Amino acid sequence: MIAVINYKMGNLESVRNMLKRIGVAASITSDIAAIEAAEKLILPGVGAFDAGMDNLRYLGLLEVIRKKTMIEKTPILGICLGMQLLTKKSEEGTREGMGFLDAETKKFDFSGIKEDLKIPHMGWNTVAVKKNKLFKGLENDSRFYFVHSYHVVCKDREDVAAVTNYGYDFAASVGRENVLGVQFHPEKSHRFGMELLKNFVHNY
Amino acid sequence: MLTTRVIPVLLLQDKGLVKTVKFDKPTYVGDPINAVKIFNDKEVDELIFLDIKASAHRRAPLMNVISSITNECFMPLCYGGGIENIDVMKRIYALGVEKIAINTSAQKNPGLIEEAARIFGSQSVVVSVDAKKNIFGKYEVFRCDGKNRTGINPIGFAKQMEERGAGEIMLNSVDRDGTMKGYDLKLINDVSAAVKIPLIACGGAGKFEDFRQAIAAGAAAVAAGSMFVFYGPNRAVLINYPKRNELAGVI
Repeated sequence: MIAVINYKMGNLESVRNMLKRIGVAASITSDIAAIEAAEKLILPGVGAFDAGMDNLRYLGLLEVIRKKTMIEKTPILGICLGMQLLTKKSEEGTREGMGFLDAETKKFDFSGIKEDLKIPHMGWNTVAVKKNKLFKGLENDSRFYFVHSYHVVCKDREDVAAVTNYGYDFAASVGRENVLGVQFHPEKSHRFGMELLKNFVHNY
Repeated sequence: MLTTRVIPVLLLQDKGLVKTVKFDKPTYVGDPINAVKIFNDKEVDELIFLDIKASAHRRAPLMNVISSITNECFMPLCYGGGIENIDVMKRIYALGVEKIAINTSAQKNPGLIEEAARIFGSQSVVVSVDAKKNIFGKYEVFRCDGKNRTGINPIGFAKQMEERGAGEIMLNSVDRDGTMKGYDLKLINDVSAAVKIPLIACGGAGKFEDFRQAIAAGAAAVAAGSMFVFYGPNRAVLINYPKRNELAGVI
């Protein structure tokens, strides 16, 4: 069973709908025992960094997620804000992140760029796949739906699984062992998102 | 590369989909769930779904219809119609809708936009503006079926909505709606020049070239109704959407 962690930060129903479509059993839950028992975790999320960390703490979920991820090495997929929460900190807030990735979350900085680019980066964009089992079959001609103003910067370039260009190349996906993240919304990215979620379910 | 979004707009009336001409003369074009399924298969960029009678009849959004749509919708979805408060917005987002378009309530209660942006984030809040030229030849915001004057200038209004926290402006030309004669480029130009947030142009698209012109005039995304629900000179009902390579040369 996959646990989609419910920490009151957005579009859980969309994630559930797509998992249902690809025939994967999942529970949307804030229950510690259910998360404890899960084979895989998905941390979705839309919203602000501090609100996300506060909610996880308030619901008492930080410890169980840490134990599953760092000790049991359970595969975890962070989506959008969920991915950013896996980093150490964010320019969006003051709270400490979960820090499973040696990475930080930074705001798009277009100060050195001539083009007049809008923030948030919103819409469909392509990805250049660097590595990782998450993008099997998605190496060419895949596109994903993005909505975000902040992006993840990894200390170790090896942790970047895919990059997307918006003003400059940024990490569209990260992966280190069992800790995975995507900045885009697979649950809103048609068959490309379905393939990616299938890869997460079957390849990890 | 970030691609320009091409967005079908579907109009809901009495649980069926219709397409209007100049916000009038609704033609039945089918079942909403079925249409969403087809657009899903065609991998559209985004879908805008507007309940065109909700505000006029002061009726709440049809939650069961929205819910059936989100079950079939694996692309970003924007819902509009009958939005009067934060509570109903919360319930709609919880169903799996990404964005909510607010039209009448944005004019009557601009504070709602501010509150919604603070709670849900600007990216989730779209302000929809229906505009046309009044008898003095000036653009003016119209309300409910495009018949009621408001005295509001769409340019100033869009600016004000941006300041209040709207993430996008959906700009509808009442006079071009359903005509397929091209967008009102001056209107797009005037409004987009006044705001930094993305503008979704709507009303009048009849061919791919219209998309190109709207983008050149300042639209960040292009929306269309008739083009995606009718086919051929006799306007036979047929849900359609261009393939990626057909759009490649245009956007």
